[in-house]
Amino acid sequence: MSAVPERVHMRLTVNGEETPVSFAPYKTLLEVLREDLGLTGTKHGCELGECGACAVLIDGEPVLACLELAVQCEGRDIQTIEGVARGTELHPLQAAFADLGGSQCGYCTSGMVMTAKALLDRDPAPSRERIKEALSGNLCRCTGYQQIWESVEEAARVMREAGR
Amino acid sequence: MSDQSLIGRSLPRVEIREKLTGRAQYIADLYRPGMLHGALVGSPHPHARIVSYDVRAARAAPGVRCVLTGEDFGDHRMGAFIKDEHAIAKGKVRYVGEPVVAIAAETEAQARAAALLVEVRYEELPAILAPEDALAPGAAIIHEELASYFKVFEAVCGGNVCSSTELAEGDLERGWRESDLVVEHEYRTAPQAHVSLEPCGALAEVDAAGRVTLWSANQSVFRVQASVCESLGLPMSRLRCLTPRVGAGFGNKMEAHIQPIVVKLALAAGRPVKLVLSREEDFEIVRARHPFKVRVKTGVKKDGTFVARDVEVLADGGAYADDSPGVLGYSLLMARGPYRIPHTRCRGTLVYTNKLRFGAFRGFGNPQVSFGTETQIDEIAARLGIDPVAIRRKNALGPDDRWFGGQQLGSNGLAECIEVAERESKWKDRAQLAAAPGKRRALGFACTAHISGLLGTGAIVRLLEDGSVVLNTGAVDIGQGSDTILTQICADALKIPLDRVSIASPDTDGSPYNWGTTASRVTYTTGRAVFAAAREVERQIKTHAAELLECAEADLELRPGGVVGIKGVPGKELPFLAISARAHWRKGGPIIGTNSWVFDQPTVDPKRAVAVGLPFPQIGVYSFGALCVDVEIDETTGQIEVRRAWTVADVGRAINRGSVEGQLEGAFAQGLGFALVEEMVWNGPRLANPTLMDYKVPTSREVPYELHSYIVESPDPDGPFGAKGVGEIGINVVAAAIANAVAAATGVRLRQLPMTPERVLRGMLAAGASG
Repeated sequence: MSAVPERVHMRLTVNGEETPVSFAPYKTLLEVLREDLGLTGTKHGCELGECGACAVLIDGEPVLACLELAVQCEGRDIQTIEGVARGTELHPLQAAFADLGGSQCGYCTSGMVMTAKALLDRDPAPSRERIKEALSGNLCRCTGYQQIWESVEEAARVMREAGR
Repeated sequence: MSDQSLIGRSLPRVEIREKLTGRAQYIADLYRPGMLHGALVGSPHPHARIVSYDVRAARAAPGVRCVLTGEDFGDHRMGAFIKDEHAIAKGKVRYVGEPVVAIAAETEAQARAAALLVEVRYEELPAILAPEDALAPGAAIIHEELASYFKVFEAVCGGNVCSSTELAEGDLERGWRESDLVVEHEYRTAPQAHVSLEPCGALAEVDAAGRVTLWSANQSVFRVQASVCESLGLPMSRLRCLTPRVGAGFGNKMEAHIQPIVVKLALAAGRPVKLVLSREEDFEIVRARHPFKVRVKTGVKKDGTFVARDVEVLADGGAYADDSPGVLGYSLLMARGPYRIPHTRCRGTLVYTNKLRFGAFRGFGNPQVSFGTETQIDEIAARLGIDPVAIRRKNALGPDDRWFGGQQLGSNGLAECIEVAERESKWKDRAQLAAAPGKRRALGFACTAHISGLLGTGAIVRLLEDGSVVLNTGAVDIGQGSDTILTQICADALKIPLDRVSIASPDTDGSPYNWGTTASRVTYTTGRAVFAAAREVERQIKTHAAELLECAEADLELRPGGVVGIKGVPGKELPFLAISARAHWRKGGPIIGTNSWVFDQPTVDPKRAVAVGLPFPQIGVYSFGALCVDVEIDETTGQIEVRRAWTVADVGRAINRGSVEGQLEGAFAQGLGFALVEEMVWNGPRLANPTLMDYKVPTSREVPYELHSYIVESPDPDGPFGAKGVGEIGINVVAAAIANAVAAATGVRLRQLPMTPERVLRGMLAAGASG
């Protein structure tokens, strides 16, 4: 028999806060975020890495939380949708999604915003093609993507003007 | 409209902050103390008798609290049109994946592990996997007791025929005699999966008195209540249905999915139970868009005047009727299109097969028939040498014309829709479109119409003590934005700021009845009820104000900001707070405005048309649309790329422009999938592609950046501020317009969906059209 423990204990850094957490070692980051840390903003759409609804940032990179084992995330900087706004002040991406219709049913929104954030964090002025490409792993069945692209462009503009 | 009007503005969604900060709660996000998790065992056979169950090992498995088989369920059946479906398979299974056993355990992993321990013995029966086989003499019968099922309409059914419907006007034989050209072809459309990003799920909890509360992903708390109670034999007063946020529906969540099973588990276990389907289960056991085989025959005069049309539909209904009789009937009602064709007959047959049930999906049969009818118009135009837009305009229904069946049109913006699409796409200059080397390129055009309406709805507007308002309609916002639109209507009617109105979450205990978020109906039907209920509040406010200000009610007006005053006398006014306080504490009683109504305009005028087996006597009012697409085809690969699109809809009046555009764009993208890539494929009896890896939906890469939406406003006389629905219309003719562009560019006429590169290439090779 293997010596796999029933539960592992570790500290995960989520949205800048280090939290002790204890979970079964086979659990994905998605499951640990949702079930053990109560962060249900990250959604499950397929659990096979095909829809993008569970995208989070790990060390700034967009990652599908359903494909990432939580045990591999110790010591890494995990960002979820819950950590994007500063207090009650929405991030420019969130504000643009609200104003321009980038979110309808909202189920893809967390993953979409996180993926777009990773893009804008590295490319403050992405072309339309670049935005389409960057978001191509995040399915949305409601919007036809138009208002999402416009939201990302608007957020990029606002962030450039604010010099963020 | 005053400058402060809330109508027509692209206001952000009232619930948007929670969606953007991760705080919106969908069914999977809900937890209750002591909650168990459910899992299902699906049938491995498409058609079999259940001989016996052995659930001993599952019952003994770690964490398992409850195991239910069909034997634990009473003989109660549900169904929107034909009550043919048990909550869980009972006696027989009729498709692969059909739930046969349900388990509740302490954790989801334990429930799923126990599901693997269940043994069910089956006696296999011949499987019917194609509609033609269902109709063959001697075919195995899927529902032996069909004749005895309760039906909500006069269904023409028997054998494996679930429903047959006919709608006719004029004299078809005379029509053929008067035609100079008759064109006839058969068209096929593929089964399409809804793929709401949120899979279906439910959570049920039983209180100490045995009454059940049920949360679920749904499009109508009232349909959920009715379906669960029918299928479990529960009085409706024993079940309260609530809704969390819903991660889209598109028809998938209108009728029941696993809610009855989850309620039964909670009742049996005495603990709350939650079950959320995996993506694979969501594909395999809920419902999908019907594959249609459509024969269309159209007769025209040399000058392009439409004279006669005969349409015959064969629809695969899958294992249970669900919404299928409605889809069939609606598709036939739409098969004449928005045109004058004096002699028309549309007939359809819906059959049971041993596949997943097919049901409601955005467009409700319209995209399927329109693929045939709108591409055939282009074939006719080509044969007659007439411009495809000109032939449509020539035959388009005008303001004084009636819809097929005889219903008068209250509003009709079709001519303007055609004009806008033609102008914005520069249709007339299309010969100058340049294709890249190795590509062919052309524009394609199509027209459409759709209803908004159906059945009952209501609204309650309550003036709170401080003069702010709570609106309660029972309409579920599935992401399309109805909470915002209904709030806009209410706030505008009372001339108060948007944030002075809050909208209650649907609750079968406290909300007025609402049939559902379907049939493009909430803005039109519920919006009307909201407007009328707000008017009732205004009336009561004015009664109080007339007494307090000592004037006639007719001399009073509502002023912006929640104030009532005497017309023309600026100082003479009272805030709603003063009125409401008086009503609450001293005179008259709290101010509550209510309204409810049911759509009652007849669809068929018996003096003009003959209808047999049509399941809805009163369907709705008509919206119109036009679409132009700019399509490029790769000569080497056959790949179709839609480069630009112009989608236009007459929505009566846009209450929230941004949301209307969002509906048109989303519908276009879903239509793009239906046209080019989406197809549920059965490998024998088993769905071969129940994953998003194998079932492709359009991604950010496939939708054109240049997707332009245009709003035409031909106000409906009864709609709130003139509004009609927009939820579905944008999907109807995407496939047809693309097929028309492909034909214009390559000469290849595709009559089967999806238009895969292989089909395009084969067509080009056969036509010798390839470079």
